[in-house]
Amino acid sequence: MKRILFFLLFPIYLLNGQDYFPDNTAVKTKELNYQAFTNATIHINPTTVIENATLLVQGGRIVAVGQNINIPKNTRLFDKTGTHIYPSFIELNSNFGIKLEKTSRSGRSAQYQASRDGYYWNDHILSDYNSIEDYTYDKNQAKNLRNVGFGIVNTHRANGIHRGTSVLLALSDMLPNRDRYLESEAAEHFSFKKSTTSNQAYPSSVMGSMALIRQFYHDTKWYEAGNAPHTDLAIEAAIKNKKLPKIFEASDKFNTLRAVKVGNEVGLDFAVVGSGQEYELIDQLKSNNAKLILPINFPKAYDTTDPLMMKKITLTQLRHWNQAPMNPAAVANAGIPFALTTHKMKSTKEFMPNLKKAIAYGLSEQKALEALTTVPAQLLNQQKNLGTLAKGKLANFIVTSGPLFNTNTKLYENWVKGTPHVILEHTINNIDGKYTVQLGEKTLELEIKNSQEKISVTAKLDSVKLKTKSSYKDHWLAINIIDSKKKSHALLNTKIGNSGLKTGQGNDFSGNQIEWTLSKIDSDKETKDQKAPQYYEPLPLKFPNKAYGFSERPQSETLLFKNATVWTNEEEGILEQTDVLIMNGKITAVGADLEADGVRVIDASGKHLTSGIIDEHSHLGASSINEGGHNSSAEVSIEDVLEPDDIGLYRDLAGGVTAIQILHGSANPIGGRSAIIKLKWGETADELLIDDADPFIKFALGENVKQSNWGSYSRFPQTRMGVEQVFVDHFQRAKEYGKTWERYNALPKKIKAKTKVPRYDIEMEVLLEILEGKRFISSHSYVQSEINMLMKVAEKFDFKINTFTHILEGYKVADKMAEHGVGGSTFSDWWAYKNEVKDAIPYNGAIMHNAGVTVAFNSDDAEMSRRLNQEAAKAVKYGGVSEEDAWKFVTLNPAKLLHLDHRMGSIKVGKDADLVLWSDHPLSIYAKAEKTIIEGTIYYDSETVENQLKSIETEKQQIIGQMLIAKALGADTQKAPSGAKREFTCETLD
Amino acid sequence: MKTIKILILFLGLPVWGQQTPASPQQQSILIYNAYIHLGDGNIIENGALGFEDGKITYVGSKLNTLDYASVIDAEGKHLYPGFIATNSSLGLVEVDAVRATRDEDELGDFLPHIRTAIAYDAESKIVESMRPNGVLIAQVAPRGGLISGSSSVMQLDAWNWEDALLKTDEGIHLNWPNPYSRGRWWLGEDPALTNNKNYLPNIKKLKTFFENAKVYDPNQTPKHLPYQSMAGLFEGTKTLYLHAEDEKQIVDGISYFKELGINKIVLVGGNEVLNQIDFIKSHEIPVIASRPHRLPDNEDEDLKGSFKLASELIKEEVLVSIDVSGRMERMYTRNLPFYAGSFAAYGMDKEIALQLITSNAAKILGIDDRLGTLKVGKDATLFLSKGDALDMRTNQIHHAWINGRAISLETHQTELWKRYSKKYSSED
Repeated sequence: MKRILFFLLFPIYLLNGQDYFPDNTAVKTKELNYQAFTNATIHINPTTVIENATLLVQGGRIVAVGQNINIPKNTRLFDKTGTHIYPSFIELNSNFGIKLEKTSRSGRSAQYQASRDGYYWNDHILSDYNSIEDYTYDKNQAKNLRNVGFGIVNTHRANGIHRGTSVLLALSDMLPNRDRYLESEAAEHFSFKKSTTSNQAYPSSVMGSMALIRQFYHDTKWYEAGNAPHTDLAIEAAIKNKKLPKIFEASDKFNTLRAVKVGNEVGLDFAVVGSGQEYELIDQLKSNNAKLILPINFPKAYDTTDPLMMKKITLTQLRHWNQAPMNPAAVANAGIPFALTTHKMKSTKEFMPNLKKAIAYGLSEQKALEALTTVPAQLLNQQKNLGTLAKGKLANFIVTSGPLFNTNTKLYENWVKGTPHVILEHTINNIDGKYTVQLGEKTLELEIKNSQEKISVTAKLDSVKLKTKSSYKDHWLAINIIDSKKKSHALLNTKIGNSGLKTGQGNDFSGNQIEWTLSKIDSDKETKDQKAPQYYEPLPLKFPNKAYGFSERPQSETLLFKNATVWTNEEEGILEQTDVLIMNGKITAVGADLEADGVRVIDASGKHLTSGIIDEHSHLGASSINEGGHNSSAEVSIEDVLEPDDIGLYRDLAGGVTAIQILHGSANPIGGRSAIIKLKWGETADELLIDDADPFIKFALGENVKQSNWGSYSRFPQTRMGVEQVFVDHFQRAKEYGKTWERYNALPKKIKAKTKVPRYDIEMEVLLEILEGKRFISSHSYVQSEINMLMKVAEKFDFKINTFTHILEGYKVADKMAEHGVGGSTFSDWWAYKNEVKDAIPYNGAIMHNAGVTVAFNSDDAEMSRRLNQEAAKAVKYGGVSEEDAWKFVTLNPAKLLHLDHRMGSIKVGKDADLVLWSDHPLSIYAKAEKTIIEGTIYYDSETVENQLKSIETEKQQIIGQMLIAKALGADTQKAPSGAKREFTCETLD
Repeated sequence: MKTIKILILFLGLPVWGQQTPASPQQQSILIYNAYIHLGDGNIIENGALGFEDGKITYVGSKLNTLDYASVIDAEGKHLYPGFIATNSSLGLVEVDAVRATRDEDELGDFLPHIRTAIAYDAESKIVESMRPNGVLIAQVAPRGGLISGSSSVMQLDAWNWEDALLKTDEGIHLNWPNPYSRGRWWLGEDPALTNNKNYLPNIKKLKTFFENAKVYDPNQTPKHLPYQSMAGLFEGTKTLYLHAEDEKQIVDGISYFKELGINKIVLVGGNEVLNQIDFIKSHEIPVIASRPHRLPDNEDEDLKGSFKLASELIKEEVLVSIDVSGRMERMYTRNLPFYAGSFAAYGMDKEIALQLITSNAAKILGIDDRLGTLKVGKDATLFLSKGDALDMRTNQIHHAWINGRAISLETHQTELWKRYSKKYSSED
């Protein structure tokens, strides 16, 4: 049976091998001899090892592997006694041999239109690009990769959101390109990063990139079904390459999960290049069926010699150093399929040491091998050619001195498609050891180390150390010993045979030709099979994994507050000496002398209990805020870019805030969709979202959308006149869009089948939701003219603006606002920061309130949001709003504006137990939030802060101690810590 | 003798488009039945305070009404010395985003001769908005560069800068070079913090300048304006305001200037001052401490660290006032009383917190002979508030005087408030 297969394969190979290239240098020849690698321990795949085995190769492919192999006559034999043979590795995400040219920015205004004609409307979709266009084989890079065990590389140009296709090639220096290529269009590559070869502004944010990928795949399906009236070469390329494997370079903690999710949505099975921080998001990656490509560029220990700098390193950074090496193990243990990559590694030399480190921190050797061989082969659909040492596959293998992951194991050879590449000349004899030589009356001691790689020799003459210069190449040893005091030198120069170093030719210090006789006094110590050490125990994860993180996620409790001053925000008003009971996350009773079994009683005498503060306008907890690449970006959503571990959320909790609306910024008239979350510190992004919240979207007016304050002159609109037209235009089109679909959907089946399908447009879908009263607008606004204008536009299209945010001249049109039914979420006392707020007054809230507008005070600021209770008090100071009503400005009223007052914003039986216990009158400057509770769970407790601070300090010292030990054991260090987080406001441009 | 109810006085004030500075005190006034915060840590309940020709003539509990031409029954309201803002930039910028209105940062690195006094806009709408909150005095300081320029102390109700001046060119402001730098992330550089390569070269430049200024011969021709304006620092008539956040800057800066023989040094900012508290104390350096309403420097820091800074310094007996600079600094300077209140909430007696913006600030600015406390012989710069002026719940200012002049508490903002409130009430 075996024989038959063998013969079947043979003629096919011959046919393929027929060479049609003319040769004018000699007669044409063909190498048909076999190569046999014998007596080796062969790891044919990650789970199967054959001792004393033979690998038979012909024409770059494996013919047979195992014991008792029938070796044909025309076979060259390579005795590999004592060595191990493994399939060589596959690098999935490389830029090997591809240089990227960047376009320089020209002019001061951004570019908004695509620069390519006949392609997709966005320059950053380069699906038609094939990396092979710019590829040239790079011998140095190839050597670097081969030296750590790679034989195959999948390389692409890292440029754009859709980056086009990659090239899959064999890293053989000896073969011509035509024989190196496995696939000239191997996989499609993606990222969230814009192309550097175009200046087109859109998308300017990760959420924009996500929206663009979604829209592109809607368009691709629509185009493929023949509905498009024009030609689009980018879409056509994507259709052609539909079946190719998809690789996504995310390289950021949350982006990895985002890429996985977007892939699932549009039906693209991405293998995602991660960040190395997957260990923090394991459950979510697992439940979203992630496939990963993991970098192992573990952070280096920080340089602890500069104590002032060390103080600036955060616990997050220190924890990452401590925990990163366990990342591959964490991913493997969760059963998530993954490959490994050299991506982001400064030097490939770090690859094997780091891989061994990952193994020391729990990664099994089997999984490590799979991640380098079988998994990447599978991800590339190359199981036929790659991944194991099996008959018919490419002869891609490495020869090592011992088990691959032992510390002292060396890579000797890397064979690529049957062509040899020597990494380390292991055929020369090992002569390491200590020797003595008698030179007249004097004794010369020689110690030889590392003879098979880079030899080093120390020489002592009568215990005095002398300088040496040595080399050991092609079996020839030369040792020069220099006595600089006496200005003389001795030389030993000899060819080493199998018997080792016993005698040699040369001269002594007097220049006499002598025959050296050496006696070995200490044979080199047997290098044991050692594994890389685990220097320290990785710390357990925290929730979130940084300062102020919980060791265990806090649970909802049954709590009874006794004798509090309760601000109900209901008809009952402010109740003295009142008890509040909360159970199962809800408020279950409010009254005097409440009792319940099994509750935790909290003495609240002298204290005030209120519902949690709600910030209608926040930019915390998101990794991007503005998509300013278009004047409308309704297609983007902040929900896509939540950052649940933003320390700002915890700082807000400490200020009594329990919920926020994370709004898109104000870079464009039609902004993006917002995320409404509760500040459940330590929970995942999905768990922060308030499940039944109505959907909202940010609009903006005035100076920001006109781009008045940062010199950009090329985007429409540049005036308030233009702003109105942007709205009218978009709503008009959304209306027509809705009608088109309505008409299409109403067609009889038969006619429908023959009718072209309208294009699905995410942006229009979102705008249509507004027109249909299913999505609500919170609009950034300042001056009265524009406030009035937007209400009129809405009225024209028969809907209502929900909220004006900022609304600093709301007081000038408060009557019109009340009539329209729009709320106002304003600042208490900000003004004069730009021209459009020169008439902003702190009495604004009071005037609007008195005119019957639902008024809230918001922050738009990471600092002010921590003390919104003080801001509410300013409504009392400026304009004399009653204290009870002023308090509603930051609780019940924002709940109303967000349509969440059915469950939040007041202390009422049945509502969510989102409560704050204050040390004092909540409007007072002296009030401090003591406990902040969301749905019955205490997320902030001022009593624990001191311990938290202590544990932050203790943990930092502990990790710094680990670094010192790791350093003492030879780990590399890095100098600078990363910086503080950027804070976002409306005007942040991404 | 006339007894004038506060309300009557208040309503009687005329309303103009631009608030008109008050005219000099014509007749002596006694305020009685007041809860007097002296500004030195003490209070007098049910006290009386008299002033004449702009100076305080009486502080105590007696009711010698006959000695005064006019008498005000405070009805238990709180009487405070006018609040003093340190390191403000009031009057130098009107609208942040409008470059044409920005005058706080001149071009160049060594600008001791640049003077804020003459650019101060006495008619700024932002300046007038200070008064209804009790902020009546401000140090007006320049921004930017290494040596930003010279500051002056102004009272906040004047026809022009010259009339506003209380202390002219009283100090020179210096931003100590930054020992650290960051990559510019927007250019794709690593945003990690690193030791600034230019730290030592920048210090060298700075030292060269100071050492040349010290040996400058005032008789030289041609004159060297920058050196000339530095003389006061070495003579002890001017204060050096050293702006430094980082502990390395603090130690390097103070060590150098002490060595150079500059005696009057005030540290401004000082986020990390607590790390070097013994050093600060041993050199007796007063601190204009960063305001409490700012974010922690990094995510590990105490959530409320910024609120605790002043009380920690006071515990160590450092002389402290409040730095009003930062985000929205000019419009936010009216929140100065609430900065003090926020500091009080975190470990400080309210009367001590009050000193941060009264007597301490006056001492730091060297105007304590005239201002900062309610004491006989000092300027009658004071105001009456409905209650605790450090808490916005009760900070309702009914009447204020600068130098005995009864100043307007109306502003562009109160006018708009009244105009539009009236619009809606008349429509009803």
